[in-house]
Amino acid sequence: MMESYDIVIVGAGPGGSACAKSAAENGARVLLVEKRKEIGAPKRCGEGLSLAAFKRIDLKPEGEWLKQSIKGAFVYSPSGKRVAAYYPNEAGYVIERKIFDKWLAEQASYAGAKVLAGTRATSLVKEGGKITGIKIKDNEGETEVEAKLIVAADGVESLVARWAGLKTTHALADTCSGAQFEMSNVDLEDPHMLEMYMGNEIAPGGYIWVFPKGDKVANVGIGTRHKFAKGKTAYQYLKEFVDSHPNLSKGSILEVNTGCIPVGGPMSGIVADNLMVIGDAAHQVNAIHGGGIGEAIRAGQIAGEVASKCVKSGDCSAAVLKEYETKWYEERGNRLAKLVKLRAVVEELKDKELDYLADQLSGEDIIGLAGAKGYAKFAKILAKKPSLLRFIPRLVKK
Amino acid sequence: MTVIINHEKCAKCTGCVAVCPVQNLEYVGDRIEVSDKCTDCGACIKFCPVGAISKKE
Repeated sequence: MMESYDIVIVGAGPGGSACAKSAAENGARVLLVEKRKEIGAPKRCGEGLSLAAFKRIDLKPEGEWLKQSIKGAFVYSPSGKRVAAYYPNEAGYVIERKIFDKWLAEQASYAGAKVLAGTRATSLVKEGGKITGIKIKDNEGETEVEAKLIVAADGVESLVARWAGLKTTHALADTCSGAQFEMSNVDLEDPHMLEMYMGNEIAPGGYIWVFPKGDKVANVGIGTRHKFAKGKTAYQYLKEFVDSHPNLSKGSILEVNTGCIPVGGPMSGIVADNLMVIGDAAHQVNAIHGGGIGEAIRAGQIAGEVASKCVKSGDCSAAVLKEYETKWYEERGNRLAKLVKLRAVVEELKDKELDYLADQLSGEDIIGLAGAKGYAKFAKILAKKPSLLRFIPRLVKK
Repeated sequence: MTVIINHEKCAKCTGCVAVCPVQNLEYVGDRIEVSDKCTDCGACIKFCPVGAISKKE
């Protein structure tokens, strides 16, 4: 007999697992499949999660996956000017995704969801145009699973939503190419401070980050955009930076990671009949710093609640599932969309202009901007310099 | 026209799958598989953070 579930979730990243847990807790029969053979590996992530995000997803920062507490960030302008940005209280943490992702999937399983790693979704099953299930494939072959609702949590590379006709493809122009070394035996300015390096010569269209995972261990990564990069790969830019950095060049490389960071803002239309899209697949990422763990989890929680309600009522049409989209936009999406305007300004700033801003902006200003706050003050600072005036209309336009 | 993947360089981030507009690439069994739908747009080559993708004439 064909296996049957209320909800099949594709992708056991933080979003998929959070969605599975939330839907299962609300009484739905849930299957969570993950194509990779190990949940959480290889990581494609700087592994930072702010305290504000922990609060939003109602998770206590404690567990084996917690690596380092962070109190703020040193932001370096192209000329090397350092701005210290301290958060009022504890700022956040760097976590170990390999442990964290697996732990989240484990929690979903205790809530009643069935989790299957090493199992890939191969196609949607449709009857008369309506999604009625999904085909999945493990070592032993392909099977069909009946489902009332499919959740596409399959990451930046989401194909599931594309099979349903949604345009989840990422435009190259709105995509950061990411490369990262997890390094050991490095000297850090302060093992409880993030380091962020800006500049068109070192990280065109993005920035370089150093996220401490311990006193001598850090994720050192870069995001670059093809439009601004001068024929070099993200990896090449990162290697040049590390090799020429006094505190990093003598360090060792424990891991090489790469990733696709969607910085084009959230997509609209994240539900279809019998289908929802969450996390990176739905472009739910902060366009300024590229963070997406907290966004994916919160979206997963909201989607899980709405999904369980819809399967109970027997109506999983787009019109009903839309409640997830509306709620998510009210809580997170509208703010994330606003950040895209700021990104479009920051990415075009010349190195000299970045240096000017480093002189004018305080650490608190920078923290505010990354959270889509303080645009008025930022506009005032831009207005003081004639060459920057041109950016103001773009910042304030609707 | 299509692309070839240097699997030795590839770090399996699947960003090429994300930016491919015609679903020519897919992550299957721990590696990127190339199909026959390539339109030669070059998005995957331009995206790849490690330069693992090149054009196959």
